[in-house]
Amino acid sequence: MSVARSFGQFYPVASPLHALDPRAKILSTAVLLLGLFFVDSAAGLGLVAVAVVALVAVSRVPPLTFLRLLRPVAFIVALTVFFQVLFSREGETLFAWGILEIHEGGVRLGLFLGGRILLLVSAAALLTATTAPLALADGLEDLLSPLKKLRFPAHEVAMMMTIALRFIPTLYEESQKITKAQAARGADFAEGGPLSRIRTTIPILIPLTVGAFRRADELAEAMESRGYRGGEGRTRYRELRFRQRDAIALAATALVLAGAILL
Amino acid sequence: MPDPASISCEDLSYAYPGEAEPALSGVGFEVRAGEYVGVVGPNGGGKSTLLRLLNGLLAAGSGTVRIAGHDPTTEPFEVRQRVGMLFQNPENGLVAPFVEDDVAFGLENLGVPRGEMRARVRGAIEAVGLAGYERREPHTLSGGEKQRVALAGLLALEPEILLLDEPTSMLDAAGRREVLDRLRGLRREKTILHVTHHLEELLDADRILVMNGGELVADVYPAQLISDPDLLARNYLVLPPLLRLASGLGLEAKKPRTPEDLAREIQHRSPRRTEAR
Ligand SMILES: Nc1ncnc2c1ncn2[C@@H]1O[C@H](COP(=O)(O)OP(=O)(O)O)[C@@H](O)[C@H]1O
Ligand SMILES: [Mg+2]
Repeated sequence: MSVARSFGQFYPVASPLHALDPRAKILSTAVLLLGLFFVDSAAGLGLVAVAVVALVAVSRVPPLTFLRLLRPVAFIVALTVFFQVLFSREGETLFAWGILEIHEGGVRLGLFLGGRILLLVSAAALLTATTAPLALADGLEDLLSPLKKLRFPAHEVAMMMTIALRFIPTLYEESQKITKAQAARGADFAEGGPLSRIRTTIPILIPLTVGAFRRADELAEAMESRGYRGGEGRTRYRELRFRQRDAIALAATALVLAGAILL
Repeated sequence: MPDPASISCEDLSYAYPGEAEPALSGVGFEVRAGEYVGVVGPNGGGKSTLLRLLNGLLAAGSGTVRIAGHDPTTEPFEVRQRVGMLFQNPENGLVAPFVEDDVAFGLENLGVPRGEMRARVRGAIEAVGLAGYERREPHTLSGGEKQRVALAGLLALEPEILLLDEPTSMLDAAGRREVLDRLRGLRREKTILHVTHHLEELLDADRILVMNGGELVADVYPAQLISDPDLLARNYLVLPPLLRLASGLGLEAKKPRTPEDLAREIQHRSPRRTEAR
């Protein structure tokens, strides 16, 4: 398992979207996420949907894989549609049975809101699927660095992400080891209801946490001895280059969105 | 060449906050540039504490430390540019999710320009024999490989001094050999202070410091140490198997030997039997 590469939802293939500067992608996604709230027509939503589908195709992420990325929000989308359809009393009555009434306006609004959530999540998934986590951290650091003047710890946030990426696999392996060790002593992790499941994870979490603190101590010492003293005066090994195509991508996103809002 | 002391400390003492007993007391010694000096002694003897004081991770309670003339407490950055420190557990010293990014970490901290950084990272990775590992993730590496990545991270900074705190103690035999081979290649080129529990790693050191109970109890040549059963016993030091065998047989346990050397000497000592053949 290559966690640092596949952590979150990164799908490592070569595509024009993968090749874009992470800052361009983060900005485009932000523009899209904000802009979607101003799109108020079905036609506008349709335009964004066409654009997103086209981008998924360009990204070389297989459609089924991409759909799987959306699965965590499927429930929320379904719930949104469901409530609008059931409880909205707008427009023509399409169906009535006892107290159950379904109105045309409710169906329309339900589909519209569901579609919007789906597009919001798709845009975010497109970003994380085509941007390596480390590049994402670098991009965020750069974009947030103007906020350093307001004491926002942009460098520290990026460093935290880097360290998390480094240690998640290590801690995961350790948790597996502890689980096996406990199981060898007769602990049973598969059986029981939620309460007993919680009870059985405690003997794993405690040594894992203690171990993590010990690691953090040693890591801090190692970082300090390697001359780390925060973001001040630091250079960066990984290079981000904002090229013409990044500007074009950003402009294209803004253009599509402006069109969608006007429609 | 006017050879300034690479490392010098004088009457160094330190007690951890809240501890009554000092972890280090009255330690003084000098290491000249290019020397390879071993540090041995029982657990809790103060070896790790000493190294922490040398690169400014801890500030001395009293006494002085100078690293190439710099005081690690007041000029930690000057010192850390010159000193590379290798820890017992490489797992917890690697910062970045990829090998090359980790090797670059120290250079980033020093503000080295990117172009130069690339060349130095490549050179350091090659120097530890890990070319081709640039995009590997640390958790997929063996212990020996991780420790070599950590070493590459130090070498990229081109330090004058290496402080090694039991860098092989968590490694298997193969990993130990990998790391020791790389370290051997750095002798003379760097000043090295090597803490270890394995005396055989120090048989060709220039000197060996023995630490016990926070004090420097001996500063001797390897030959002196291995031929002094008293000094060894008082500090819970165990001779490597070959030397133990030799000294058990009543042979002089002085110079490092190979099994063949020992065999020859044993034959030499029992002439009758060899003649009988
Ligand atoms: N972080 C710490 N806090 C308190 N006491 C410590 C700490 N680290 C080490 N010590 C104590 O300092 C003494 C020297 O330890 P150390 O330098 O780690 O010895 P060595 O590396 O030779 O095994 C020991 O008595 C140890 O218990
Ligand atoms: Mg120690």
